Amino acid sequence: MAKMTYIKAITSGLDQVLNDDPKTLIFGEDVGKNGGVFRTTVGLQDKYGEDRVFDTPLAESGILGLAIGLSLTGWRPIPEIQFMGFTFEAMDGIVGQLARDHYRFGGQKNFPVTVRTPFGGGTHTAEMHADNLENYFTSTPGLRVVTPANPYDAKGMIISAVESDDPVLFMENLKLYRSMKAEVPDEKYTVPLDSAKVVREGTDITIVAYSAEVNESLKAADALAKDNISAEVIDLRSLSPIDTDTIFASIDKTHKVVIVQEAQRMAGVGATVAADIAEEKIMSLDAPIGRVAAPDSVYPFAQAENDWIPNADDVEAKAREIFTY
Amino acid sequence: MANGSKQIVDFAKIKATMADPYKHPVQVIDREGTVVDPEILAKYSDDQLVDFMKKMVWERTLHEQTMNFSRQGRLGFYAPTAGEEASEMGSVTAFKEQDFLLPAYRDLPQMIQHGTTVAKGFLWSKGHVEGSQHPNPNMIFPQIIIGAQYVETAGVALGIKKNKDEDRVAFAYTGDGGTSQGDWYEGVNFASAFQAPAVFFVQNNGWAISVPRYKQTAAETLAQKAVAMGVPSVQVDGMDIVAVHEVAKAARDFAVAGNGPVVIETLTYRYGAHSSAGDDPSRYRTKEEEKPWFDADPLIRLRKVLTDKGIWSQDQEDKLVADYKDDFKQAMKEAEAAPAQKVSDFLKWTYNVPTPAVKKQIAEFEAKESK
Repeated sequence: MAKMTYIKAITSGLDQVLNDDPKTLIFGEDVGKNGGVFRTTVGLQDKYGEDRVFDTPLAESGILGLAIGLSLTGWRPIPEIQFMGFTFEAMDGIVGQLARDHYRFGGQKNFPVTVRTPFGGGTHTAEMHADNLENYFTSTPGLRVVTPANPYDAKGMIISAVESDDPVLFMENLKLYRSMKAEVPDEKYTVPLDSAKVVREGTDITIVAYSAEVNESLKAADALAKDNISAEVIDLRSLSPIDTDTIFASIDKTHKVVIVQEAQRMAGVGATVAADIAEEKIMSLDAPIGRVAAPDSVYPFAQAENDWIPNADDVEAKAREIFTY
Repeated sequence: MANGSKQIVDFAKIKATMADPYKHPVQVIDREGTVVDPEILAKYSDDQLVDFMKKMVWERTLHEQTMNFSRQGRLGFYAPTAGEEASEMGSVTAFKEQDFLLPAYRDLPQMIQHGTTVAKGFLWSKGHVEGSQHPNPNMIFPQIIIGAQYVETAGVALGIKKNKDEDRVAFAYTGDGGTSQGDWYEGVNFASAFQAPAVFFVQNNGWAISVPRYKQTAAETLAQKAVAMGVPSVQVDGMDIVAVHEVAKAARDFAVAGNGPVVIETLTYRYGAHSSAGDDPSRYRTKEEEKPWFDADPLIRLRKVLTDKGIWSQDQEDKLVADYKDDFKQAMKEAEAAPAQKVSDFLKWTYNVPTPAVKKQIAEFEAKESK
């Protein structure tokens, strides 16, 4: 067991799957010699050769076409889309093709593709590099959408994603890449792709979050604890499907819930979670469902992004409002 | 302003000459049925030529029968193929069963030739999952998003190369409009960058629904677009089945030998509507435009060559047409007997491992379906 950054944990998981399955392939823009613009795939080409880890021409739709075609010839592709904003260029490949292909063949062919892509605000990137675009993909049947919030889950989930025979969109948080370090086993382990996790137990209010907002929610929970408000924090980990069992069990205990996302409020993951709760658990609630989300503007110019991204203070304020309702 | 008249570059000259390598589309039999390349024709036995003719009669009859079925409301979306028999049958017959076909929606005849049944072609048109499950697994469904088959072809071809399958290629089809898509360029370029074994066909039938070929691009030929990607290409008379077949075979040999992809533009014509779903060509083109293409018909010219050789007769053709029609009617009966589809199955095929929500929906639909 060693302390590892979030990004190193992903590299370690990729190393594991390349080692375990000779049919796995990593490809994308700059993933080869350069090891990715963030160095997520650093060293892997040297270790596994250019046949297994290789650069592609600069074209995201082509990268997805490659992934689908490679699946059709027995490979297990792990394409990287360099930034999530660039997935728009691969929208047909991911949504129109990959997600539907297993269905189209009546289940006779598998498309075990893991599309890795970094996203998330707070690092002052150029435009289209930080956007939270998960809602475009969570409304896509056939596609799993997951995002780890800590190094341990990052390694376990990338291994599960690659081993899954379903296509997976694996969202890696830019801000967490190097800001977060934790104990990560050297050996192989997996973390399920479809389960949320209670990351802090509590009894008074449930806070549901994912990715970088899990840390903000944990900070908020610390602040609330000072006033003897016991917050339970759930990390969704999987955005499609959503593990409602874990959320519902928590609500049965706390009877209050706040849902947190970094993405804009409109039609997002939080709205889906809120609808699920309203449908199944409204009688268990003794306050309205609270939501914390970014405002419905275009992703902000970098200089102002910290005014825009919901932070621990926003989560704490909303939790107090719901708790004292 | 500089003095003197010397130009550092003559763009006008470059523009005027860039299509020069494509001035003479490959041809073996001309529109009058005259053999213009006897040396190439001599490579084909009488049996092979008769087989070409049979396949074109088969496809023309399939076209006519599907138009009947469409009028009777027995098919769904169907893209008519009359006029494109030489382009389609000449090309597909150059490939082997293990080659991987990535078709578009006008390519059901090639799919059937490559190893599926007519009934499955009809089922695809009618909207049934069995229409995407083929006896020969080396093909996918007809692509609807024009261009997507091209990027996927690059992937299949790279997979073939990585698998070290030495006698195998990927081959794909699109039309003239398809060459305007970004995916067209990405697909050809990726295959080229990886030197992967792919053969890309552009069936230039003059029309992308109502938009004529000349509005797609100012390039004089579509074939020359491949040059920019470092890919050799050729224009071939798409109404001449021998020429198409010969070119396709050469392309396959070239790709299999590890030389990378090839682009082939077949010059053909869509006699009918874009699809069976209400398109009316009289809205956008004239009879005067159509006439020379109808005269260039691929069946007429091969029929003349075979009749001159004394190896084809009208009686023989009429009998074939009758047999094929019977086959197609039988295939339609088979397609109509396919089991009803269930929403619970659609849900089961959405994921390998159903999500909790999907599991619940499967149970709900199974309960409804068992009533």
